[in-house]
Formats: sequence, C-alpha cells, structure tokens
Amino acid sequence: MGLSRSSDGTLSRVPPVFELTGIQKRFGSVQALDGADFTLRPGEIHALLGENGAGKSTLMHIAYGLVRSDTGDVRVDGVVRRISSPRQARELGIGMVHQHFTSVPALTVAENIALAAGWAVVPNQLRDRTRRLSERLGLPLDPDQRAGRLSVALKQRLEIVKALAGDARILLLDEPTAVLAPAEAEELLRVVRVFTEAGGSAVLITHKLDEVLRAAERVTVLRQGTVTYAGTVAGQTVESLTSAMIGPESNRSSFTSLQPAAPRATAKRELIRLQSLELSRESGYGIAIRPAALVIGSGEIVGIAAVEGNGQRELLRAVAGRIVRLRGRLEVAQPVAFIPEDRTSEGLVPELDLTENVALGLGLDAPWIRRGWIRWGEGRARTADLLQEFGITASGPRARAVSLSGGNQQKLIVARELSRGPAVIVAENPTRGLDVVAASAIHARLRSAAAAGAAVLFHSSDLDEVLALAERVIVVARGVIAEVPPQASRATIGAMMLGGDG
Amino acid sequence: MARLSRLAWAVAAVVLGLGVLAAGLEAMGYGAAPALGALWSGAFGSWYAFTSTTLVRAVPLILIGLGIAIAFRGGALNIGAEGQFYAGAIAATWVALHAGERPAPVAIIAVLLAAALAGVLWVALPVWLKLRFGVIEVISTLLLVFVAELLVSLMVLGPLQERGHIYPQSDAIPDSARLPLIAGTRLHAGFLLALALGAALWFVFSRTWWGFKLRAVGLGPRAAEVSGRIDSQRVGATALFLSGAMAGLAGGVEVSGVSYALYPNLSPGYGFTAIAVALLAGLHPAGVVITGILFGALEAGAGAMQREAGVPATAVYVVEAVIIIVALLATAPKGGWSGARVMRRKRPVASRAS
Repeated sequence: MGLSRSSDGTLSRVPPVFELTGIQKRFGSVQALDGADFTLRPGEIHALLGENGAGKSTLMHIAYGLVRSDTGDVRVDGVVRRISSPRQARELGIGMVHQHFTSVPALTVAENIALAAGWAVVPNQLRDRTRRLSERLGLPLDPDQRAGRLSVALKQRLEIVKALAGDARILLLDEPTAVLAPAEAEELLRVVRVFTEAGGSAVLITHKLDEVLRAAERVTVLRQGTVTYAGTVAGQTVESLTSAMIGPESNRSSFTSLQPAAPRATAKRELIRLQSLELSRESGYGIAIRPAALVIGSGEIVGIAAVEGNGQRELLRAVAGRIVRLRGRLEVAQPVAFIPEDRTSEGLVPELDLTENVALGLGLDAPWIRRGWIRWGEGRARTADLLQEFGITASGPRARAVSLSGGNQQKLIVARELSRGPAVIVAENPTRGLDVVAASAIHARLRSAAAAGAAVLFHSSDLDEVLALAERVIVVARGVIAEVPPQASRATIGAMMLGGDG
Repeated sequence: MARLSRLAWAVAAVVLGLGVLAAGLEAMGYGAAPALGALWSGAFGSWYAFTSTTLVRAVPLILIGLGIAIAFRGGALNIGAEGQFYAGAIAATWVALHAGERPAPVAIIAVLLAAALAGVLWVALPVWLKLRFGVIEVISTLLLVFVAELLVSLMVLGPLQERGHIYPQSDAIPDSARLPLIAGTRLHAGFLLALALGAALWFVFSRTWWGFKLRAVGLGPRAAEVSGRIDSQRVGATALFLSGAMAGLAGGVEVSGVSYALYPNLSPGYGFTAIAVALLAGLHPAGVVITGILFGALEAGAGAMQREAGVPATAVYVVEAVIIIVALLATAPKGGWSGARVMRRKRPVASRAS
C-alpha cells in the first residue's frame, strides 16, 4: 500500500465530497439513527464501524437512496440533495456494493453490468465496453462468463465494477470482505485504494478492526445510532476503537434488571463434549468452525458472543443435531431441545394450528403419537396444558400459529421444546424482537431448566443478553472458539469478538 | 368453520360456472334451458346414465385426483398425471395380453400392480431430476406427458398392435383380466376401489404421522426440517411416487374396466381435469370423491348435450375453467399480489442489521 496518510490538518481544508448531517431514522419502536453526522473527503478511504444494529447499513442506505431519513441533510459537493432512489444516487456519482451479491446468476458478466449501468444491450458492443471498463478500473473480468459461475472473489469484483460502471466518484462498500478469504480481502482493499488514488472516495463498512487500522485514513464509529468517534485512524488502537463501539462498562441495558445465575461449584455431569470438531459452512463452502474442544456440564448456561457469520450458527446447529459434522467428535446427551432463530420459517409452520405445531416439534417423542398414529384429542389436551403452564395467550389449541403475537409464538416454541424434558437446550437469539416482559419470561424458563439439570447453550447477537443470562461466556470469532475468563470486561469480550488479535 | 367456507366456495364455483355456461349458450343463440336440461339428464337422468356414464368417468378422476391430493399436500406439484396414466395403461395392456389367461383375481391383481408400478417409474425421472439437479417437477412431469402419448402410439403401431396390423390399437384383453361389472350397468369394480382408496387416504391424512408430515412439509418445508427433523426431500419424493402410482393405477383400471384395449386418446384429459378435481376438493379425499363425480357428470352430460341440443361438447370446458379459477381464488394466499408490498415493508427492517 503505497499511500502515505495525509495528516488531518491538510485534508480538513479540502471541502467534503459527501456529507450527511443530523440524520435521524426510526423503524417502528427502534431509533436506528439518532442525529448521526458523516463526512467523506475526496481521495480517502473512510471506515464506518459499529456493532450489529448500530445503524451503519441504515446510514449508507440513506446515502444511496434506499431508505429515506426522517430528518437531516445530504450534501453532495456542498449542495443539499434529496436522494430518493438508487438511480438518483448513481446519477450523482454514488455507487454501492451490497452485503449480498446482487448479480443475476444466469446472465453474463457483461449483461449484469449493462443491467446495473443502464446500457443498451447490443451484444458485441457490450463485450468490448465491459472489457474496456474493467481494464480501465484494473479489475479484469471475462465479459462472457455467467455470473453464477464466478468464484466468490470474482463475484465481488463484478459487484464493484457494476458500482463503478456509471462513473461513480463515491463508492459505498457494505462489509465487502465478510465473504472473502484473507488474501482475497487484501486484494479487494488494494483495488479500493487504486480507486481512491485516482481521486475517488470510498466508505468501508466493516467489523474488522485490523482492516480499519491498515486500510482507512479516517473512521466514524456508530453506537446505537449516534456517532461516538469521528476522526483520523492515526493514533487509534484496537482498544480505543472497541470501547467507542461497545461503550463504557456501565452500559444501559434492557437486561440489567435480571440477576445472573450464581455459578455452581458442584461436580457436573458432562452433557456436551466436542473434541477437535470441525464444521463446514452451511453454504457448503469453507470452514465454519476450526478444530474445537468444549465441554459443557449439567446445570450450566453457556452464552456464545459472536459477530454474525463467524461460525456460531453452525456450532449451535451441530450440537442440536441439525447439521452433520465434518470431522472430529461430538457427543451430546439426548433429548435435545432446539429453539431456532427464525420462529416463523424454522420454528413454526404459521398455517398449522398450535397442536399441530407441537406435534411437528415433538414428533414421535410425543406420548400421544405412537407407532405412526396420532391421537389428536390427547394432543389438544396436552397443548392446552402447555398454553396454560407457559402463559401463552391464544384462543386455544386449535388456533393457527399465525394468529399469535411474536412473543406468544416464541413462548410456544420454548414450551414445546422444554416439554420433552431435554438434557441439552440449544437456542439461537431466543428473545429476538420480544419486549422485556416476554424476554425475561423466556430467560426465567431457561434458568429453571438449567437449575433442573439441563445444559443450556445459546447465542444472542445482543451482548447484553449474553452477559445477563450466561454464567459462562465463550466467543466464536472466525471459526475459533475461545473461553472468556470470568470477570472479563465488555471491552475485552468485544475485542475477542472482533478478532482484534489480527 | 374453515371447512364450511371451503364448501361454500366449491358450491359458488359450480353455480358460477353453470351460470357462465348458460349465459354463453344464450349469447351464441342456443337455448340455455334445453341444453342444460340435456346436460342434467345425460348425467343424472336415469340410474343407467348415472352409473354407466357419470360414475364410469368419475373413476379415473377420483383415482388420479387422490394421487394429486397426496402430491400437492406435500408441496410436490405433479402436473403430469396424464403421462403416468398412459404409462399405467401401457403396462396394464401388456401384462393383460401376456399373462391374462391366468385365473381372474390373479390376472386382475397383476394388471393393476403393473399399472401402478409403471406410474411410479414414469415419475421416477422427475423425482431424480428434482433431487439431483433441483429441476422443477412442474416442468418435468408435464413434458413427460408428451413422451407417454408418443409411447402409446409407438406401442399400438408396434409391439402391442392388434393381430391384423391394421388399426392403431391393441387386441382386446382376455376376459380374465377384466374388472367385474356391477349388475346391469357398465360400472366396474374400479369404482369400489376408488372409494376404498379415498377412505384409506382420509384416514392416513387425518390420523397418521406420515399424513401429518406430508402436510407440514407442504406448508413449511424449512420448519419441517429444522423443528421436525423431517427429511423434506424424502417426503416430497415419496409423495410424487405415490401420486404416480395412483395415476398409473387409474390407467390400468381404465383398460381393465372400460376400454379393454389400448389406443391413443384413451383419456380425454383425465390427468389434467383431475388437478381441478383435487383443488376444488381442497385436497381432501372425501371432497375428491364428490368433485370427481361432479366432473364425471359434467363430461357425461356434455355428450348428451351435444346429441340432444346440438351444443358442442367442449362447451362444458367453460364450466370446468370457471370452477378452476374460483377454486384457485379460494386457495390463494391472503393479500393476493402482495409480493411487492411485503418487500417494501421488509427492507428497512433488514437494513437495520448492519
């Protein structure tokens, strides 16, 4: 990387190419952005940092015209603009590379670029034009290759070429390196640097602190919708950035009212045991969990702190018996209760009634389903009992699951899973989207199941929830499992989650 | 309650269909009253008309319709039952001609088993394509209909052609391979078989774990896999095989009970009409028996309408088409064209997770 960082002093005299001021945005009851400012200067790589849900993507979606802000101004080259569509953004010279690929797999590279840039589709011209463009950008691509056949790195390259096809001067990159191997990520950052050296400006949304420190000139850190740091990268460290992201120890939390369970000192029966376990990614490509060892005993509540996509999902699903292991040993006491993340597509069938949803989860384990015969009358009676026992508000065991509120749907799943008397309970974001009352009811259920001798392994993308519910915390970062020492600070855990060790 | 509204929809569909037919007949200058009268008497006018035309035509519709109910419940869209029907008819004819001289029950059972097996084989390729390459069964089963029809032509001009080698059809199958008739009518024992299978399926769907699994996979394949630990692909494949077996069986029953020989155009589109039969019945086995008889009546009455009122028999397809449209409206997810609206609602929520 040949560019030496200009000092902040010289840069500040240059007028910004792009400016967002006082941006507010509310989604329902969530204040996603609360008066955020963001300034992009010509020729810089500007990192945008923050935890899940801090508002990074929302801010960039406002900049690209995908989301309208409630209040605040957007200035391009010092002029206030209303950007109400991606097309308008492109006309103003703003290009965006999304978190997920947006190419049409069945179309060729050239056709995908034409689609994004609005070129007329004339086959021969298209090929030459694509070749010229990709060579000018220093991002060679075969125009005739089908997008679906490209490797992940080349797909990413196509996304960038598409974003720059309309002569963009401002490039917004939403976690572009999340899907790439380290060498590919390095290559991508090199490409972005070529772009900024030629006079363009880039915003890099990322979770990876080492990337920020190496590649960016300036950084803006968001926490819960507000900017906690904006300035040069020079002088910042992994620790200082982490504390800007995660906040001070005395963080306001919706879970602080709950008492963490006291660790038990008694000898525990081992219920989950991993030995050099390796898991592949759900997509089938790449490794999700690198050789790992872990033992969880009876009565333990173990929380996994991790940033999206670091392997925790595969780990939980392997323990729950939902995916097969690649290598190594995995012993889990049966029966296992599993509370999946997405309640309406994975936890329940909304069109089925409550009894049927209980039947779905319990299957042949239900006492009222024997040798392939279902006694629905008995099932409805048992389901009615569960509704009462878990305080689920529903018109009865024949109500369809879709008629329940999110909190009651979640309670139904928890009720069903706990009713099998599990030795092990695996939960993914068990209280996502629930209000505090419903969330604490579910926490209480998990605690009492652990007190009765079950091992609980759960993940929450909300670090506060992990700290409130778990008596033992592990971190999964880039497929590596690490035990968090007792009494570790939020900042330490945050740094571990972000793989601050490089 | 849900079942009652289903019934209301079904009745509304039939009434509306007949209404559109009547209006069309008036507009075209036919008298609606005599034409509909002929339709009624052709279908229900006498015991003989009811049993020997309406019920005879209802049998393949019920058998195939039950199979389609199995497939559709499991989320497998078998559109090519017509092809599986012909595969069954070919196999039944072959077995009847080569092994039909055995005692009647043995011959009949062999014929029907061969027919069901042929239906299974005919759907095996779509199942394999689906599991191996994700090819949509809607397309592959439908395309194999044309292959099956050509195979029938090939058979009746080649290995299965009648002894004189003049007509494109097979020899008549021996008496021992023919289904017994119900006294004084042309209705054969296949009707009883259809009723028995309908009752059995009703029981399977409402009382067994497998029947429940099938519905769960059809309505929520992800949840069935993740929460129910059900192998959705396997359930879907089994559903397709069973529906192929039912359509093949229908082909065998038609040869063994009605035509006694194989020839092209053996089916007036039973395999397609049966889709409407199953949908109108809300995929419920008892409903399939009733709607199967209804559609059998329409087809039987169409012939009478043509003979007595001079109205082309194809006019009843108007009724069938209206019924299908109304049945689809009744089963459409709430909100109809809500795809775009859902996306607009979801986008900001998705963008919150950065």
